[in-house]
Amino acid sequence: MNLKAKSYALRKVALGMVYNAKTGHIGGDFSVIDMLNVLYNRHMNVSPERFGDPDRDRFILSKGHSVEALYAVLCDRGFFPAADLTTFSRFDSAYIGHPTRKVSGIEMNSGSLGHGLPVAAGMALAAKMDGRPYRVYTIMGDGELAEGSVWEGAMLAAHYKLDNLTALVDRNGLQISGPTEEVMAHEDLRARWESFGWQVLAAKGNDVEDLDRALTEAKATKNKPTVILARTTKGCGVSFMENQAGWHHRVPTAEEYKQAIAELTEKEEAANAGK
Amino acid sequence: MQANKIPNRQVICDALIERAAADKDLVVVCSDSRGSASLTPFAEALPAQFVEVGIAEQSLVSVAAGLARCGKRPFAASPASFLSTRSFEQIKVDVAYSGANVKLIGISGGVSYGALGMTHHSAQDIAALAAVPGMRVYLPSDRHQTRALMGALMRDDQPAYIRVGRNAVEDVYGEDCPFEMDRATLLRAGGDVALIACGEMVRPALDAAALLEQEGIAAAVLDMYCVKPIDREAVIKAAKGAKLVVTVEEHSPFGGLGSMVSQIVGAECPRRVLNLALPDQPVITGNSREVFAHYGLDGEGIARAAGEGLRNG
Repeated sequence: MNLKAKSYALRKVALGMVYNAKTGHIGGDFSVIDMLNVLYNRHMNVSPERFGDPDRDRFILSKGHSVEALYAVLCDRGFFPAADLTTFSRFDSAYIGHPTRKVSGIEMNSGSLGHGLPVAAGMALAAKMDGRPYRVYTIMGDGELAEGSVWEGAMLAAHYKLDNLTALVDRNGLQISGPTEEVMAHEDLRARWESFGWQVLAAKGNDVEDLDRALTEAKATKNKPTVILARTTKGCGVSFMENQAGWHHRVPTAEEYKQAIAELTEKEEAANAGK
Repeated sequence: MQANKIPNRQVICDALIERAAADKDLVVVCSDSRGSASLTPFAEALPAQFVEVGIAEQSLVSVAAGLARCGKRPFAASPASFLSTRSFEQIKVDVAYSGANVKLIGISGGVSYGALGMTHHSAQDIAALAAVPGMRVYLPSDRHQTRALMGALMRDDQPAYIRVGRNAVEDVYGEDCPFEMDRATLLRAGGDVALIACGEMVRPALDAAALLEQEGIAAAVLDMYCVKPIDREAVIKAAKGAKLVVTVEEHSPFGGLGSMVSQIVGAECPRRVLNLALPDQPVITGNSREVFAHYGLDGEGIARAAGEGLRNG
């Protein structure tokens, strides 16, 4: 299965979790899942066997509510059996609605927004202090950028020239109350990050090859951290979910679930056929 | 005896320098607080093990957590007021919930900053930090106990919060300070009243016991530097052996040592418990000594409250 097709297969896993548990954040899962797919399957040197290796790359899902997408990717990478995912959000399950270290493959507990970047900066700083080659990645939501702690972390990462740190912003333009620019304006986002001393790259966030290109460029950049402003579509992959703020955390009906799976399967097959 | 001139924060710096020379993973993280934390000598002696984050306490704690999750043993130092409230969520999520081995050093705790006002006072830190699962809370009473506590904390791998004051405090112990991790120290025995104190209130509690003795009242004094995990056995033993329990702390009357001791005594061996603490309002302007005297948190005030408590029991 090629990477593009895998993104659709992973979407089906995440959707199944949300549908079965009747809870979750499917809109954000679908906008961020291509980034997770490319990171875990092409860029980061992590695997279940290497998870104890001090030189493994680190990842923090700062927008922790998209955890279903992360579970789908980690499961696919062999960190835990698929059967575990049937317990998602059920009584006494380790697989809760935000990342925790109880789940194999997860580096850091998250869920409260604005924590991922400063923690990732601390991890990247540790690598520099120890002269270790690993890289640190974090993905933030665009609405999350209103948290002041993001900018404390941004300041520090540039100050310490953490070129081993790459942040990705899931720029889907929607947050729970509506369009980000109406709730709290972020633009000019590129200028904001540049003024903090970061290299800023733009990418098509639902295009695995374009994300691969940006991540490769980030890796080659020296003396400054890189942020990838990944333009995404909330709900990407399912026609009736795309760009609808209501799908931030709506649960599909049986009919909607069926239609969504059909659409995703069609796209997966087309991608596998090289279309 | 000459008065002690060495503040606990300086003892912390000395202990860290001593240990860090042989432990390259020990790092100190500051938020423009190296001076007030007495950590400038550390920063100068071991620049490669010192991280400055600027005036950004949220970042201080998150960055320390990231360092810890990658094998470092960070000690993050900042005024207790900002560390315990500005960074509270980072402490809850990034340190305690995530199991990051970060030691949080709250300097200039309680009303150390005196006339600087409520922004700089930390009268809520015990309540806040103790309510976080996985977080330990320590308030050492003097320089010798601070050194012993640091020795234990530099060797373990769990998060903890340590609060010390700004000024040098009179010694409670000698060089041979008796110390057992997470066990209160019984400083004197007495069957009438049990004084249970932490941090800088231990010395005045001892003074109070001496004053009470002159009135023919026998007071036990328990140094509960380990506020969490509190030494339950020691509390129960002290309460069972006394007619009245008096707690003394430089903290809000809610959620601190007094609340915890009252919970234990109420459940295990009901006795009257008086909670001496700062008031539930911004404290009066003054240096710590003046503030303590005003609120009855000095030897005389504690002795008076204990004596009245016994007579009115």
